[in-house]
Amino acid sequence: MTDVPASDAPAIDVQAAVDKFNALTGSHIASYLDACVHCGQCAQVCHFHEVTKDPRRTPAVKLKPITKVYNRHKAPFSGLRKAFGLAPELTADDLREWEELIFDSCTMCGRCTVVCPMAIDIASVVAISRQAFAAAGLGPADLMQAAETSRDKGSPLGVTTDVLEDRIEWLEDEHEVEIALDKPEADILLLVSSIELMKYPDSIVAMAKLLNHAGANWTLSTKGYESTNFGFLSGKGDIAKIMITRITEAAEAVGAKTVVVPECGHAFGVLRWAGANILGRPLPYEVTHITEYLAGLKRAGKLAFKPMADAITYHDPCQISRRGGATEDARYLLDGFATGFTEMTPTGNYNWCCGGGGGVQAIGRAANVRHEVFRIKMKQVEETGAEAMVSACSNCRLTMDESKAALGWDKQLMSLVEILADHLLVAEK
Amino acid sequence: MTMQQFIEGPLWTFAATVFLVGVAWRIVAIMMIGKPKDLTVAKSSSMAGAAKSIALHSVPHGGNLSRTIYHVISGYAFHLGLFALLFLAAPHVTFISERIVTVPWPAMPRWAFIIAAEAAFAGLILLYLRRLTDPIMRQLSDWDDHVGTWLTFLAMLTGCLALQESHIGLRLFHMVTVQVWMIYFPFSRLMHAFTFAMARKHTGATYGRRGFTP
Repeated sequence: MTDVPASDAPAIDVQAAVDKFNALTGSHIASYLDACVHCGQCAQVCHFHEVTKDPRRTPAVKLKPITKVYNRHKAPFSGLRKAFGLAPELTADDLREWEELIFDSCTMCGRCTVVCPMAIDIASVVAISRQAFAAAGLGPADLMQAAETSRDKGSPLGVTTDVLEDRIEWLEDEHEVEIALDKPEADILLLVSSIELMKYPDSIVAMAKLLNHAGANWTLSTKGYESTNFGFLSGKGDIAKIMITRITEAAEAVGAKTVVVPECGHAFGVLRWAGANILGRPLPYEVTHITEYLAGLKRAGKLAFKPMADAITYHDPCQISRRGGATEDARYLLDGFATGFTEMTPTGNYNWCCGGGGGVQAIGRAANVRHEVFRIKMKQVEETGAEAMVSACSNCRLTMDESKAALGWDKQLMSLVEILADHLLVAEK
Repeated sequence: MTMQQFIEGPLWTFAATVFLVGVAWRIVAIMMIGKPKDLTVAKSSSMAGAAKSIALHSVPHGGNLSRTIYHVISGYAFHLGLFALLFLAAPHVTFISERIVTVPWPAMPRWAFIIAAEAAFAGLILLYLRRLTDPIMRQLSDWDDHVGTWLTFLAMLTGCLALQESHIGLRLFHMVTVQVWMIYFPFSRLMHAFTFAMARKHTGATYGRRGFTP
């Protein structure tokens, strides 16, 4: 069941999509598909619908391809439905029509779940759907390329081990900070995201300063350094597994009991809350986000900060706060230090998404809608009176930096670890 | 066998059997699909998350009430009204206590019935108008949504017509519409009356492990 179009477009393997949908539809997904009453409340809190008012961008619309397969193949009474002609098969046209919705129009932020009377986790259904679409040979070329480059070169931006070594050496010289790389043994394996390496290297310097100051025994590893997982985001399960395997082998090689994920929301979400399931066995280390780890160091009295009076607010990365369970750690770090801190509305677990999560940042054709989504964030920040917005995700930061430039916004974007490192109280160590 | 005997006898038995077996079948079939074990290390209790989710999603939360106020008000009006009619209307209490459970319970007074019926009708009509006119709901809706709504509406309407019990025909008409509704129920989206708890439980358990129930 392969659809070969007349143009140069690639063939669509519908059967592969059907098989993948069937394989990934567990009882949790079946419950979601059976419970949806088509009320459309999810649209009211989705940033893509909010800025476009396009009914097709309603989150529940994204359930339709998998629902079609479920109703025909796996749902209770599917035989009866087929007999009455009420369960048509998924088609290549369906897949073509839904590709943009599944990839470009969902950051898997989970806001829709909050408002859903059935609590349907549409984000997880979108993650499954991406695997089916990728199996069929569909998906934005730039997102797919990022996944393949991760597999082939080690990171989505082509940061090979040689590049990593060069960048770390340069950062050490430039900032006079020790950045451990390939220590033979360490308690902590620190990961980096290639966005940080190439766009925001100060973030890596900041993490090194903070960990060194706290006396942590940590290292980076050339065996496994990339935290982002574009295999997961693109729906390519084999690449997702390769990325997690690299990190796991690196952690095992240095004997690390803890893997610290840097400022990247999806990197944290995938490794912490899906890593073991993708790998097929429990991870032999604890996964923690840098904000969780630093909050622990602060609680233990190993980190203290000089007051910072700048008028700032905090943007919650969805995969760290709402879907990651680490909402309070960033607040704990800011508490007593950022005296000019004001929460935006809504905030914490209910904050709006940056518009670039879930790999949408890497999809060039989604740029314009991302910029429109950023207007929501601009309004949130402006209502606080803050002059700068701090975040703990370099992907959010990159997304918002690009939109800030496109829209000519005059506020600042900051990294949480960078402002912490800049205000480290050395004397009180 | 008269028409009345048929409707109150074999047809009722058939409808009730299809309803009970169909509902049980669908729930068990969904559960039998299974789900891979979550190998990640939990930060908090999945059971507590599941329980919280089942309760939490019955009420607006997360600061979005102003965005969903239409559905919240009409949804509550319809569902509370319907449950009151179903379990507390005097004829239903008599019917259920005679045929299903032997212990009777107090029925609501007539004025309460009127309020419940008005709330249920207003809620259902408001929800259906929204389904017909709102571009989002039009985008999502399929034939099952319309059939389910109309069968529910007819069952409620014939119930009100039969309230006075002035004519046996009206009561039988109500019974037939309810029986059609019961036969349709397990195969339709009306099943959300049961699957809502399953969906909420799964999300609550998944995110309860992470320390936050969305």
